[in-house]
Amino acid sequence: MLQESSLNSENASYTEIVLAGDHWMREIKKGQTFRILDLEGNQAADTLFYDAAEPTNRYSASDTIQGQANLYLTTGTKLISTEGDVLLTIVADTCGRHDTLGGACSRESNTMRYAHDKEHMHACRDSFLCGVQNWGHGMDKRDITCNINFFMNVPVTPEGKLTFADGISAPGRYVELKAERDVIALISNCPQLNNPCNAYNPTPVQVFIWD
Amino acid sequence: MSQDILYSKTVKGGGMWSNVISRGKTLRLTDIEGGANVGMLLYNEAQPIERYNMPDTLKGQHIFYLTAPYCLHSDMGRIFCSITEDTAGWHDTVCGCSSAASVKAKYGEYTYQEGRNDFYRNARENFLIELGKWGLGQKDIFPNLNWFSKVVSDEEGNLSFVEGASQSGAKIELRFEMDTLVVLNTCQHPLDPNSEYAPKPVLLEVFKSEAPSADDKCRLSRPENERAFETTEDYYALRA
Repeated sequence: MLQESSLNSENASYTEIVLAGDHWMREIKKGQTFRILDLEGNQAADTLFYDAAEPTNRYSASDTIQGQANLYLTTGTKLISTEGDVLLTIVADTCGRHDTLGGACSRESNTMRYAHDKEHMHACRDSFLCGVQNWGHGMDKRDITCNINFFMNVPVTPEGKLTFADGISAPGRYVELKAERDVIALISNCPQLNNPCNAYNPTPVQVFIWD
Repeated sequence: MSQDILYSKTVKGGGMWSNVISRGKTLRLTDIEGGANVGMLLYNEAQPIERYNMPDTLKGQHIFYLTAPYCLHSDMGRIFCSITEDTAGWHDTVCGCSSAASVKAKYGEYTYQEGRNDFYRNARENFLIELGKWGLGQKDIFPNLNWFSKVVSDEEGNLSFVEGASQSGAKIELRFEMDTLVVLNTCQHPLDPNSEYAPKPVLLEVFKSEAPSADDKCRLSRPENERAFETTEDYYALRA
């Protein structure tokens, strides 16, 4: 559901541009609002969330889908953790639909999906690995689970086909989430060059936090 | 074709099981009464950090559900197993599993003290119990498979559980391409609208299978699968 935010980006307590192919990891406190802005359109922001107090309690795609009996994320969606807790709620969305089935690209999955000679290409799961390793606190590959792809359109048909369709995002569209507890956000701004969903041109996103 | 059954076991409804099945063997699951659900997680026995990956399995094959002749992909570009036979036709892998809270909300409470071994179980706890026996735990739980359960989506993404999709005697066969730790339980599907706690039993049988030929239907079902087979073969070539 399309829903604009009343928040003014000039009043944000924190902002940063995450360049294509980079990762970004930061704690967001309970009650803060977190926005991801698609600066140039049809970029995929691959995102994971963790309960800051106990990161084994983390975003769960299947529990989120099960909780709302719907595949797509938009305004009103509660992001559910593996322990059944609400980590964040989507409170504004000018894109309308976000994916959580498509997962993150990896160098290994690129060989499967595209060709063996794509193995060298930078990929989201390498960024996630750097993110959790730099974060420390015992986090490692086991913490990299099935993520959200903000701004990505992966429609499923009633016949059970799954396709990577052209994006429905555009420059300036955003999604905004309210933290329901202290959480850690990890974004890989997707560097995929083999998929038409971003017109083969990964672009930056901007993150904002309001107190 | 006669198969020598190496292993046979009936898992009662609400039960759990885990074991390593090596490459070159096939696991057959039979829905004995109809309406069963088998929640399943898969790991590389040698390095369980490699695990079943729902997104790679779906996007690699452009599907939202599982049936023969598709394959189950790991997160490392390899294939754990191929679905060589399937008489049910549609199996879910996006809806996850039940939890203590969801079982209590749906069916109420029935404790061990009240019901002895008929007490109400939940899939997440069953997964964790079995994972714990292999040194694994909460961090190793990932979106699971739900064999024999059919869930469809409409154009808006709304999901519906299709009742009666798996009949008595429905079978699937999984031919293992890697040495795989299989962790499963027979709790009800989380979106099964049946308000009665009535998990169904499943028969497990394991037999030896022929190595997949160059024209194997699972291998050739998608070019993505063919490449993943090659990556799997490379892995074992290096280990041998």
